[in-house]
Amino acid sequence: MAGGIKKFVVGCFDDEHVLFPAVKNVRKAGYKIHDVYTPFPVHGLDHAMGLRETSIHTAGFIYGITGTTTALSCISWILTKDWPLNIGGKPHFSLPAWIPITFELTVLFAAVGMVLTFCYLCQLSPFVKKHHFHARATDDLFVMAIECTDKTNDAEVQAFLQNAGAKEVNVQNAETGWWIGRYDREQKLYRDDEKGY
Amino acid sequence: MSLLKYESQIREPLVDGNKDYHQVTEDIIRPIEMKPSRLWYIGFWISVGLLLFGVYSIYREVTYGIGQWNLNKTIGWGWDITNFVWWVGIGHAGTLISAILLLFRQGWRTGVNRAAEAMTIFAVMCAGQFPIWHMGRVWMAFFVLPYPNTRGPLWVNFNSPLLWDVFAISTYFTVSLLFWYSGLLPDLATVRDRAKTKLRKLLYGVASFGWTGSTKHWQRHESLSLVLAGLSTPLVLSVHTIVSFDFATSVVPGWHTTIFPPYFVAGAIFSGFAMVQTLMIILRKVFALEDYITLGHIEAMNKVIVLTGSIVGIAYITELFIAWYGQNPYEWYAFKENRANLFSPYGWSYWLMMFCNVVSPQMFWVKKLRRNVAFTFFMSIIVNIGMWYERFVIIVTSTYRDYLPSSWSTYYSPSVYEIGFYLGTFGLFFTCFFLFAKYFPVIAVAEIKSVLKTTGESYKRKMTDIEKADAEKFYIEEVEHAH
Repeated sequence: MAGGIKKFVVGCFDDEHVLFPAVKNVRKAGYKIHDVYTPFPVHGLDHAMGLRETSIHTAGFIYGITGTTTALSCISWILTKDWPLNIGGKPHFSLPAWIPITFELTVLFAAVGMVLTFCYLCQLSPFVKKHHFHARATDDLFVMAIECTDKTNDAEVQAFLQNAGAKEVNVQNAETGWWIGRYDREQKLYRDDEKGY
Repeated sequence: MSLLKYESQIREPLVDGNKDYHQVTEDIIRPIEMKPSRLWYIGFWISVGLLLFGVYSIYREVTYGIGQWNLNKTIGWGWDITNFVWWVGIGHAGTLISAILLLFRQGWRTGVNRAAEAMTIFAVMCAGQFPIWHMGRVWMAFFVLPYPNTRGPLWVNFNSPLLWDVFAISTYFTVSLLFWYSGLLPDLATVRDRAKTKLRKLLYGVASFGWTGSTKHWQRHESLSLVLAGLSTPLVLSVHTIVSFDFATSVVPGWHTTIFPPYFVAGAIFSGFAMVQTLMIILRKVFALEDYITLGHIEAMNKVIVLTGSIVGIAYITELFIAWYGQNPYEWYAFKENRANLFSPYGWSYWLMMFCNVVSPQMFWVKKLRRNVAFTFFMSIIVNIGMWYERFVIIVTSTYRDYLPSSWSTYYSPSVYEIGFYLGTFGLFFTCFFLFAKYFPVIAVAEIKSVLKTTGESYKRKMTDIEKADAEKFYIEEVEHAH
């Protein structure tokens, strides 16, 4: 559950047009960006950070196909094998009449499956708590967290971020994973005097 | 998404009033943090009152049976199925705005999509009530679901349009809910992070699922929204197509027509947009959101109304023409005598429908009227009445006289409990909507922020300043270089 306590240098930017070159420069300088938190989707930021393209749509396609197969196989088994019913002398295997339900189930499976996958991949669920580097990251600040290693000189990284245009720079020790918790509690998962965070 | 970045020189900004990101958050989230106004309480308690009346009407219906509704020998689908089709239709505009306009890269949808999606969900909740209570023995409602049961191999009939409805409506509700809620997560996180009280932090903390705004999450979220939009687009068309099949696959004169699916879908969008207008005009006034739901938004929606209204008009005329051209005496009788004849028992409802749906929206060709808020509000009500009458005309005028004169019914008028049920769904709808407007961001905050700079005046001004500064710097450098 808990991903471990690490040390981060955090820089807050107030404009995405300053953020972009900063992300590029930070990567060029060889620092490791833990994540960038933005109040809205900034297009192209994932590419600038070098993130892999998401394949959630592929998952959606697979779920959709599952829905189609489920509907078709289930209905044909029911209406031709398990309980063949004579409806106005029409053939038992009357595919055109099954298209609406098949379509609906395709959409249903794809949508529900994708949303659950999305929540799973992003670790989103009620009562999940994650560390916040800055409370305004969901309001108007673009917050970049750079992960520090034993060799990193935080002062140097802070100066670097300030040069790149960050309005506010600080160092935080933070839990990287998620845990069951509530945002109304100031919960500390670690003690500052603990060894090696 | 990249196309959203394109900025036309002649296009008016989507958000008025030189906002920055924080100002957007403030404007939209402040109403949630304040105590609701007196007007809110009055509206809310009126809605709750209507809802209770509806509950009582349903209690009567369940206790004493469908007879409580004054349905008679041939009119078996009086007000309740009229209301069902009407409410489903209302719902369609929400999905249209959030899904189809997302696929078409219409930036203006961001101002209205959240409230419209909420409207969809509440409207479908109201719609779903009608067929369920219409079943009469409602405790048997689960019979419509296919499952291996203990009553022998008794399955539902997958060839029946009424079963298609079950699947269509439930899928539509589920997908709309998922679409709406996944879009809400980032905004709920914004509310949570601004929250001052413990209770609010707890509730929004639970509701926001621990959203942080990580880039990877946004990337997946964008992808998810796009695919859900791609799925909802055919879904929304299919739902009303299937609802129209309830009629079109029967052999009742006036129902058995192939034009029904596109005609119903256009009508649904038409009435849905009218309802969005009604709600948005109230919302922007009550919550002072004129900067976000601008005249440009209202005009854009009025353009959709005039388009779909015209499609509906063409459909009415085509239907009438084909009834005559098709040479089916029963069909032609249904149209000529039951509907178009003003002096037949229900002739008035046909011409009321014609006036509200075909004539009145044509006024929106005039730009001045399209951008007039009061007129738009008035028209939105007219269109909703007209579209209610469209469903009433289809159901009642087709069934009160069909093949056998011996089964021709007398004039049908609804009972107080049937009207009460309809008012009750209004109560349900507005109770939900009032609660939504109080506890959720009525405008998609994150989405507004993402289109703010592509259209905001303040951004334009800032950009020109930067350009000016750059030009000056360049000039100075050039001069220095020359020396």
